Amino acid sequence: MDKTLEKTEIKTAPEGGEGAAGAERLIVSSSPHFLDAESIPKIMHTVVMALVPAMAASVYFFGWRALLLILVCVGACMLTEWAFQKYRKKPIKVYDGSAIITGILLALTLPPGFPIFGAILGSVFAIGIGKQLFGGIGFNIFNPALLGRAFLMATYPVLMTTWLEPRTVAKAVDAVSAATPLAMMKFEAKFAPLADLFFGNVSGSLGETSVVAILIGGLYLRYKGYINWKLPLGYLGSMAAFSAIFWFVNPAKYPSPAFHIFAGGAMLGAWFMVTDMVTSPTTALGQWIFAIVGGIIAVIIRLFGGLPEGVMYSILFMNAFVPLINKHTRPRVFGGSLKAQG
Amino acid sequence: MGHKTFARGIHPSYYKELTAAKRVEGSTLPKTVTIPLQQHAGAPCEPLVKKGDLVQEGQKIGDVKAFVSAPVHASISGKVKDVELAQHPNGTRVLSVVIEGDGAVKDWEAGSSRPDLGSLTPEAIREAIREAGIVGMGGAGFPTSVKLAPPKGKTIDAVILNGCECEPYLTADHRIMAEDPEKVVWGLKALMRASGARMGFVGIEENKPEAIRAIKEKLDNSTDIQIIVLEAKYPQGAEKMLIHAALGRKVPPGKLPLDVGVLVNNVGTAAAVYEALVYKKPLIDRIVTISGNGVKEPRNLKVRVGTSFEEVLGQCGGISGEGEIEVLNGGPMMGIAQSTLNVPVVKGTSGITVISSGSFKSKPYDPCIKCARCVEACPMALMPYKLGDYGRAHRLPEFKDWQGVSCIECGCCSYVCPAKRPLLQWIRIGKLKVRQEAVKAAAK
Ligand code: SF4
Ligand code: SF4
Repeated sequence: MDKTLEKTEIKTAPEGGEGAAGAERLIVSSSPHFLDAESIPKIMHTVVMALVPAMAASVYFFGWRALLLILVCVGACMLTEWAFQKYRKKPIKVYDGSAIITGILLALTLPPGFPIFGAILGSVFAIGIGKQLFGGIGFNIFNPALLGRAFLMATYPVLMTTWLEPRTVAKAVDAVSAATPLAMMKFEAKFAPLADLFFGNVSGSLGETSVVAILIGGLYLRYKGYINWKLPLGYLGSMAAFSAIFWFVNPAKYPSPAFHIFAGGAMLGAWFMVTDMVTSPTTALGQWIFAIVGGIIAVIIRLFGGLPEGVMYSILFMNAFVPLINKHTRPRVFGGSLKAQG
Repeated sequence: MGHKTFARGIHPSYYKELTAAKRVEGSTLPKTVTIPLQQHAGAPCEPLVKKGDLVQEGQKIGDVKAFVSAPVHASISGKVKDVELAQHPNGTRVLSVVIEGDGAVKDWEAGSSRPDLGSLTPEAIREAIREAGIVGMGGAGFPTSVKLAPPKGKTIDAVILNGCECEPYLTADHRIMAEDPEKVVWGLKALMRASGARMGFVGIEENKPEAIRAIKEKLDNSTDIQIIVLEAKYPQGAEKMLIHAALGRKVPPGKLPLDVGVLVNNVGTAAAVYEALVYKKPLIDRIVTISGNGVKEPRNLKVRVGTSFEEVLGQCGGISGEGEIEVLNGGPMMGIAQSTLNVPVVKGTSGITVISSGSFKSKPYDPCIKCARCVEACPMALMPYKLGDYGRAHRLPEFKDWQGVSCIECGCCSYVCPAKRPLLQWIRIGKLKVRQEAVKAAAK
């Protein structure tokens, strides 16, 4: 058997089966001989399905402009992926769903009024620099969508923070720029009502608004077994616990833990970005560390940093440490450190 | 749920319903048998017969002085046609005795009587087990008599019978427990007496209620033997996982069950011990499950050692369908694929599984997406995706540092990988290279 090990491909072995019925059909491969039905496209397409409620909510609150942004980002991401795979003479796997997810997630982090050209630029950066330059799927260190957003924050700092009121808020003049709940919290110490945050009746980026839509998608993914519950729970839990300390000290100055996890990108980040398989740790302990430290950093940025929102940077920051975390949190081998008798 | 088990592992589809309720049937007497002189871990036997000799059913035809070995016996009576190298289901070629049958069949049960266990010394039981050529019947094939004699300074306090049968498709052990609980329980008592163990356990997965009931009935209030009902999870039947689930003891890396005072035997082995001590019958036949999605009439058959796979499959309606298939010695998770049907059933053949394409197709694999499914599945708490990369690239220092040699080759990691990466195959390369390195170092 050792000899066949070196070969990755299975080989047929018709010789030796003289006259045996069906022997010419025999295949010899290394065990195990049957595999689970899961595949990368299956997982990725399920994630896309899980993002449908959040996309629908964005269209409901911000109109067709939101759908246009989503379509543009998805299209640009897929095209960039295709171009890189073609150029690097790699198998074309544009339809495995991963570029679609990056496109949707990037769009969901943009303000509804963001220019189309900027969206295309962000998508090309997300896939081109954020994913393909690292070697394609599985090799990237940072979440590509968040890297794309960080790039746009640097290039369009004003446009990236120009927000619109949702259509559902009655206004005399339509489409006036408005402050997000987090900005109001930060700069005016005003806290939006939780119910508005929960259903999405606030201004913000496309996917930051409706908590309930994101929760539906996230719980569906959890039910499907495609996300590790440690990650969203650790992240949101640590945000809540850490922010609670300040809230207890001064509830007039600091918002409640519920406000923190319902406002801004916390929900979207916790369920769809912290949980990104490629850029999160693979060990159980590492996943806890990643999520909990990430949550604390997000709160620190929100309360004490120069920006109203800290989710994006907290995740990108933690992404950088994933290889290190994996290395130092490896599980102890079964029976390790135990003594035998005699 | 709620039953004892180990951490991690997988829940594959088991497909046991194909044969679980089917009683063990006799197979037709083979015209010729090919009996390999090595069906155990350890030193191969030397032939005791030569071409042209007449042999009786049950006659010893191969043995060797070495301590770690087990003799082999003729499974039919007849004439030795040849002693030659022949294909072994483990993929190698092994010196084998080919016997042409004369059609005679021996009735082993006639005139037998069950001895009183108390009157047999542990040495006498061990000797009888060795002489009967009994080896682990779950597949590993370690000689049972060797396991029963712990080296100085070590004691055995518990014997666990492994009735988990966690491999998909296989039901041979299930049928043994359901149909011959008497033999299993008595065999366990004999193993306890021979090893000096005070406690006996029968570990059975909860998906075999018929077996659990049957064994329970035979325990007749004995307090030293317990049934342990375990969660149906793969690889529950791996020795280390079973010992941990049943007794809470963990076998350290590189150590044996013996090192934590435990002896694990397959339920089929216990039944063979019964037959050896009561019928004076050596291990010349065994229960085999013939199943899989590529076999016409899946069955549990009692098959004589040395019968060819082709003949056994012929008694199950043959191979069905078209296209490529894999014929495995064992189940789909750990079984070894055969390159010819002209291989004999051996003492360790618990099943012949025929898998037809679709379920096993080795697709081209994708890059690892670090989804951690393999890490969450590995019962040994290893990091298979890293080990796979290190093994494939022959990066031995890292491979050893990440405990690659502790892999029990259960295949859980390859099974769950959504990128279809052949992780275990790469890990085997790493283990092989580590072994080669050790051999080279020893030669210096
Ligand atoms: S690394 Fe080895 S022990 Fe772990 S799941 Fe893979 S085959 Fe099993
Ligand atoms: S299961 Fe496969 S894709 Fe997932 S981490 Fe393991 S090797 Fe990578």
